[in-house]
Amino acid sequence: MILWTSSLPAFVPFFLAAALVPFIGARARAVVMLLVPVAGALHLAGVESGTALKLSLLGFDATPYRVDDLSRLFGYLFHLAAFIGIVFSLHLRDKGQHVSALLYAGGALGAVFAGDLMTLFVFWEVLAISSVYLIWARGTERSRSAGMRYLVIQVFSGVLLLAGALLWYRQTGSLSFEYIGVESFAGALILLAFGIKCAFPLLHNWLTDAYPEATPTGTVFLSAFSTKVAVYALVRGFPGTEMLIYIGAVMACFPIFFAVIENDLRRVLTYSMINQIGYMVVGVGIGTELALNGTVSHVFTHVIYKALLLMSMGAVLHMTGRINGSDLGGLYKTMPWTTTFCIVGAASISAFPLFSGFISKSMVMSAALEGGHTIVWLMLLFAAAGVFHHAGIKIPFFAFYYKDCGLRPGEPPRNMLVGMGLAAFVCVFLGWFPSVLYAILPFDYEYHPYDATHVLAQLQLLFFSAAAFTWLKLSGIYPPELHSTNIDVEWTYRKLGPRLVEFIHRWVSAADQRLREIVLDQYRQVVYLLHRHYGPYGAMARTWPTGSMALWVAVLLAATLVLYYV
Amino acid sequence: MSDDQQTRDDKRHLFDDPKNVRFVVRALAVCCILLVLMDLVIHRHVINPLESLFGFYAFFGFIACVVLVLLAKEMRKLLMRSEDYYDPLDK
Repeated sequence: MILWTSSLPAFVPFFLAAALVPFIGARARAVVMLLVPVAGALHLAGVESGTALKLSLLGFDATPYRVDDLSRLFGYLFHLAAFIGIVFSLHLRDKGQHVSALLYAGGALGAVFAGDLMTLFVFWEVLAISSVYLIWARGTERSRSAGMRYLVIQVFSGVLLLAGALLWYRQTGSLSFEYIGVESFAGALILLAFGIKCAFPLLHNWLTDAYPEATPTGTVFLSAFSTKVAVYALVRGFPGTEMLIYIGAVMACFPIFFAVIENDLRRVLTYSMINQIGYMVVGVGIGTELALNGTVSHVFTHVIYKALLLMSMGAVLHMTGRINGSDLGGLYKTMPWTTTFCIVGAASISAFPLFSGFISKSMVMSAALEGGHTIVWLMLLFAAAGVFHHAGIKIPFFAFYYKDCGLRPGEPPRNMLVGMGLAAFVCVFLGWFPSVLYAILPFDYEYHPYDATHVLAQLQLLFFSAAAFTWLKLSGIYPPELHSTNIDVEWTYRKLGPRLVEFIHRWVSAADQRLREIVLDQYRQVVYLLHRHYGPYGAMARTWPTGSMALWVAVLLAATLVLYYV
Repeated sequence: MSDDQQTRDDKRHLFDDPKNVRFVVRALAVCCILLVLMDLVIHRHVINPLESLFGFYAFFGFIACVVLVLLAKEMRKLLMRSEDYYDPLDK
C-alpha cells in the first residue's frame, strides 16, 4: 500500500480522519477515530531512526518529517495520549470537537517530527488554531473570552518563532531544527516563543486561564499536547542552557501556592501542570544525559497521569455540573471507579514508588543532586512535597471525600471509565516495569529508581507531607475552599490593561473636549467681532449718506487750507 | 432520583463512621514513625551532605507542607477577589 511508506508523515492520517469524520455516522466515526492512533503508532514502530522526508520549497530545503530517537518517543506518547483522549470523548455528539481533537493531535505530531524551523512554525500555529475550539465548545461567556485570549497569546508565540527563525536563517543560512542556544538574538527570540508555550513564569497565565474553561473532554487533549511540544522543542534546541535550571526551579515552586488556595479543581491541576513542567525544564537546563532522559521520561509519564487526573475531574464535571472544591465532596459513595482512577493518578503525580511519576521524577532529582545544584534540588524537593499536597491529596480529598455535598451522581458513561482505566493501567504498568520506558529513551544511561535509598527517602517525604496535611486539617489551620478568584499575572492584561486603556481614553477625551472648547470659543469670538463690524448693523457695513461725504470733503479741504497757511 | 435509589444512597458508607476515619489517621501516624525509624536500619547512599541528617526527608516534607499552607493562607489576603472579579469586563 502506497500510504504505508516509511516516509509518510505521522500527522497525515490524523488530518485525513479529521476531513472524513464530519461526513460519517457515529459508529463509523468511532471506528475511524480509534483506528487512526493505533495504526499510526504501529506505522511509527516500523520507521527506522534517521528517516527523513526532504522537499525543496520556494528555494529553501524543508524537512517536514524527520524521525530520530527523541522525536520517536514523543511520537509514541502522542499516539497513546490521542487514543486515550479519543476513548474518553467517544460519547460526544459534537463533531466539531472530534475534528478539532484530531487536527490538534495531528498538529502535535507534525511539530515533533518537524526537521526545520519553518515546518515547526506551521504546526505551532496549527496547534493554536485547532485547539481553541475545544475551549469555545464549552459555550459559556467565560470560555469564549478565555479562548480568545488563548488564541491571541498562542498565535503571538508563533509570530515570535517565525521572526526568530527568519533571523536564524539569515545568520546561519540554514533552517534545520537542531541545537540553537541563546548566544544570538535569534536564539533568544525562539526561546521566548518556546517559553510562552511552555508556560514559563510570568508567561504562564494563558494555561491556567484557558484550560479550566474548556469542555470536560477538551481539557484532556489540551493538557497532552501544546506544552509538551514546547518541552520537546526545548530539549532539541536548548539542552544545557543554564538559565533554564533556574526558570524551571521557579516554575516548580510558585504554582503550588496558587494551587493550595484555588477552588476550581481543574484549575488546581493546571497549576500543578506548570509545577511538573518545571521539573522537565530543570532537566533540559542541566542537560546531562541523565537529566535529558529524566526530562523526556517525565514528559511521558506526566502526559498520562495528568490526563488521568483531568479525566477524573472531567467525569465529575460531566456528571454533577460542578467543579469547585467548595461544592463537591463525598462522591466516593456513588463514583467508586472514578475515585479509584483519580487516586491512581494522584499517586502517580506524587511519585509514589510503584507508580509512574516515581520512575521519571527521581531521574531529574538525581541529576540535580549529581550536578551539585543544592538550592535547585531543595526547591524541587519542596515542590515534590507541595505537589503531593495539592494534587495528590487535595484533588481526591475535596472531590470524593471530606464533607458530603449531598449529590449522588452515578459513574460517567462507559467510554469515560474505559479511558480512565487505560490511563490508570499505563500509570501502574510504568511504575512496575520502568525498563519498558527506559528502553526507548534517547540516551543510553543506566538508571535504577528502585533502590532502598530512593524509595525510603521518597516515602518519608510523602508520608510526612500527608501527616502535615492531616494535622493542618484537623487543627483547622488549613484554609477552607472558598468561592473566589485569585489574581495572578493575568491581572495585568485582564484588569490593569483595560483600566489603563480606559484611563487614557478618559484623559484623552477630556483633553480633546477642552481643546475643542478653547478653539470653539476663539472661533466664536472671531465670528462675533466680524459680525459686529461687518454684520448687517456693523460700522463697516453701514451705508454712508452722500451729505456726510460732502461734509467730510469740506473738512478735509479746510484742514489742508489751514495747514497751507501754517 | 427514584425512591429506590434514595434509600440505597442513604446507607452508611465507609467514612460515615468516625471510627474508620480515626483508623486511617492512626495508620498514617504509625507509618510515619516506622519510616523514620527505618533511617536507623537502612544505610542510604547520599550525594548531598544534607541527606545524611537523621530523618531529613521526613522533616523536610513536614515543614515544607506547613510552610506552603501558611504562606498560601497569607497570599489569600493579598490575592483573593470575588468569584466574578473579571466578569464585568468580559461582558
